[in-house]
Amino acid sequence: MSDLDAFRAEVRGWLEANCPAEMREPIREEGDVCWGGRNWVFKNDAQKAWLEACVAKGYTVPDWPKPYGGAGLTPEETKILKQEMKRINARSPLDSFGIWMLGPALLQFGTEEQKVQYLNPIARGEIRWCQGYSEPGSGSDLVSLQTFGEDKGDHWVVNGSKIWTSYADKADWIFCLVRTDKTNKYQGITFMLFDMESPGVTTKPILLISGNSPFCETFFDDVEVPKTQYIGEINRGWDVAKYLLGHEREMISGGGAGGDMVSIGGAFAKAFGKNAAGELDDPILRAEMAAFDVDVFAYRAMGERFMDMWKTGRAHPASSNMMKYVGTELNKRRHELVMSGGGSEALEWDSEETKGGARARGWLRTKANSIEGGTSEVMLNVIAKRILDLPGA
Amino acid sequence: MPLYHNDDQAMLKDSVAPFVAEQAPVSHLRKLRDSADATGFSRDLWAQFTEMGLPGMLVPEAHGGLGMGHMEAGIVLEEIGRNLTPSPFLATSVGAVAALAKAGGTQAGRWLPAIASGEAIVALAIDEGAKHRPDRIAATATRSGNGFRLDGKKSFVLHGHVADMSIVAAKTDGGITLFAVPKNAKGMTADPRRLVDSSLASHVTLDGVEVDADAVIGEVDAGGEILDALLAATRTGAAAEMVGVGQGAMDMTVTYLKERKQFGKLIGEFQGLQHRAAHLYGEMEVARATVMKAQQLLDEGSEGARLMVSVAKAKAGRAANLAVREGVQMHGGIGMTDEYDIGLYMKRDRALAEFMGDVHYHIDQVARMNGY
Ligand SMILES: Cc1cc2nc3c(=O)[nH]c(=O)nc-3n(C[C@H](O)[C@H](O)[C@H](O)COP(=O)(O)OP(=O)(O)OC[C@H]3O[C@@H](n4cnc5c(N)ncnc54)[C@H](O)[C@@H]3O)c2cc1C
Ligand SMILES: Cc1cc2nc3c(=O)[nH]c(=O)nc-3n(C[C@H](O)[C@H](O)[C@H](O)COP(=O)(O)OP(=O)(O)OC[C@H]3O[C@@H](n4cnc5c(N)ncnc54)[C@H](O)[C@@H]3O)c2cc1C
Repeated sequence: MSDLDAFRAEVRGWLEANCPAEMREPIREEGDVCWGGRNWVFKNDAQKAWLEACVAKGYTVPDWPKPYGGAGLTPEETKILKQEMKRINARSPLDSFGIWMLGPALLQFGTEEQKVQYLNPIARGEIRWCQGYSEPGSGSDLVSLQTFGEDKGDHWVVNGSKIWTSYADKADWIFCLVRTDKTNKYQGITFMLFDMESPGVTTKPILLISGNSPFCETFFDDVEVPKTQYIGEINRGWDVAKYLLGHEREMISGGGAGGDMVSIGGAFAKAFGKNAAGELDDPILRAEMAAFDVDVFAYRAMGERFMDMWKTGRAHPASSNMMKYVGTELNKRRHELVMSGGGSEALEWDSEETKGGARARGWLRTKANSIEGGTSEVMLNVIAKRILDLPGA
Repeated sequence: MPLYHNDDQAMLKDSVAPFVAEQAPVSHLRKLRDSADATGFSRDLWAQFTEMGLPGMLVPEAHGGLGMGHMEAGIVLEEIGRNLTPSPFLATSVGAVAALAKAGGTQAGRWLPAIASGEAIVALAIDEGAKHRPDRIAATATRSGNGFRLDGKKSFVLHGHVADMSIVAAKTDGGITLFAVPKNAKGMTADPRRLVDSSLASHVTLDGVEVDADAVIGEVDAGGEILDALLAATRTGAAAEMVGVGQGAMDMTVTYLKERKQFGKLIGEFQGLQHRAAHLYGEMEVARATVMKAQQLLDEGSEGARLMVSVAKAKAGRAANLAVREGVQMHGGIGMTDEYDIGLYMKRDRALAEFMGDVHYHIDQVARMNGY
């Protein structure tokens, strides 16, 4: 037996012993997702036990080094762990912007001290982070941001506002882009971290078309940030920000964007019925769904190839933009088909049977996939410029 | 196995890519076309392929081949696609080899070494109508003497008029049976037609063709499985070739966008074209990954291969088609000229799209395999 086979056997045994049955069920509602943080209230004992088991083993961040709360697994071992978790439909023990976005940036740009200080609580799910990038006037053109940190010797005084801050009202800390030099557009931004309970931080929810509101406007009014709480170099936060966006795209395209990547057609046989040949009884929708399935299975292959290449340094650095673009457009198409396939039932907004209009709300939510983390148009710009090397893009 | 080329495969690509590009670039196709060649490919080139060991890549070592996999064959096919190289590689070295290797027995012993040594060209006589419907085979094989008598018509038989042997699918009492019908078999006529991509494919007529009992590939009535192996290999191969065609067209187009000026700018500066080029890039990358996945599953003998083969043929079909359409459009008027190569890509894509099931056929298969 090879080392990897032995590892797989070990993982299998560990999961069998440690993953509670309730955690092997599909995510059905927002509360099933474990975000952690100072104020986290576990949905049930199983959610808590599963998180604790994974934390102890380093499995919330399996590929991070052990001193920072990870398990120090190789890319191959990480892949095996993921495959084995998927095999038993295990839920993610912890979802976190700290893991997906801040962590990789800290691993790349943080000092040893910062890594120990911030990564361990992220791995344990103790601090919930939010991302303070966008501003009302600075979305796609992020580098035009205006929130300003005035230098006061040992600290900055930050004033300005952010928008679209996902879960700002639930987050403990924020990683935030702040202008610290008004004379230099790119080299005048600092990547700061601070506690959302700092005096002067307020949030206001934004209601989305899905009827939900996990997004906020965030206001900074003379917020004091110690000069120890920045990543990378002062005024060079843009490098950190870009690196982090790469991971954000990887996350959006790897997880959420493509959806759950299974065949869509079979799910609607009940609503339509099948004809004598055993085919879905709407030939046009059947064809559209099957064409979609082709794209989904194809995208899944792309995801596997992208990961294999990314983890071994073979992928073009901008290929995460391509994954994000293709994956998010695909997920939007999925939800259009889900609505069409669901017929009148999918329209219900608040009935118990539809779990509070989950399908309709989910459909509307996906429209943000091609906006958040950089719009599809911006992804195409990046591909044109950085991969195809087209002029003047 | 990761979904990228390992060191050995990368080395193979490094030797095959320049070889095909130098020996059989698009001008090679033009020369054959303009001289109204009657073979459909160059025998000289095939001899060079043989020197490189390519015809027998998939042939098991026991039969004198290299015993490689679909991933490796795909590397060759992609270069063939990129250069629009006319060649019997797909039908002979991929489709026929898959069937013969699966079947084993007398015919495998007879033909596999001949394919590996570059001596034998094999044609696949499967389809009978204008569309690929391998589940509707009407040609018949009836027992006669100590062998069989074949009757029926076959269409879209690549290299049919020059093949040393044709694999003919026919209906027998209890199922489908595949036959190895040698060149010049009495009663078999191949009527070659020039196709849009200037390749030659034949209408084949079987009029009381007598073959011995040992012409059967595999077992009587049990040809279905062998046919499946032939189809899976050929479809995946065609998909790999289409990725090459699409990539070739896309590369030409992106280059043109960086050279052509209008309105005082390089046309590649216009966002309207940039976004379409970037979208095309994404589609091509997804298609490439999908074809590799199908090759990998075939090489592993995995259960999931059937689904992925159809996904690959459909996805590569869509992506390559987008590449050639955008290619001609973004070249403007010059893209419409015969002198310029982009149109040749469009023509080859159309032929490959139709070969062994078009996009719609394979999308339908995907729906069926998923139970709707
Ligand atoms: C649900 C959701 C969650 C989010 N979460 C966060 C978060 O947690 N933290 C955070 O900081 N931000 C977050 N965002 C903000 C997100 O990053 C921005 O919305 C996004 O970058 C787009 O900016 P914008 O909304 O200002 O659109 P704009 O930049 O104003 O764009 C408007 C339109 O113009 C197009 N456009 C703009 N520039 C170009 C160009 N150069 N070429 C072609 N087309 C162009 C865009 O593609 C878009 O279609 C979130 C957004 C959403 C919707
Ligand atoms: C079959 C045929 C018959 C014709 N007959 C005649 C005729 O009888 N008389 C005559 O005078 N001409 C004729 N033409 C020429 C025709 O009008 C030109 O081909 C056409 O105007 C496009 O110019 P172009 O070929 O130079 O392409 P280009 O201008 O080089 O365009 C190349 C590509 O770039 C795109 N592009 C260019 N500028 C922009 C931009 N600003 N924004 C976005 N995309 C851009 C184009 O849409 C095209 O996709 C004919 C052409 C053909 C193909």
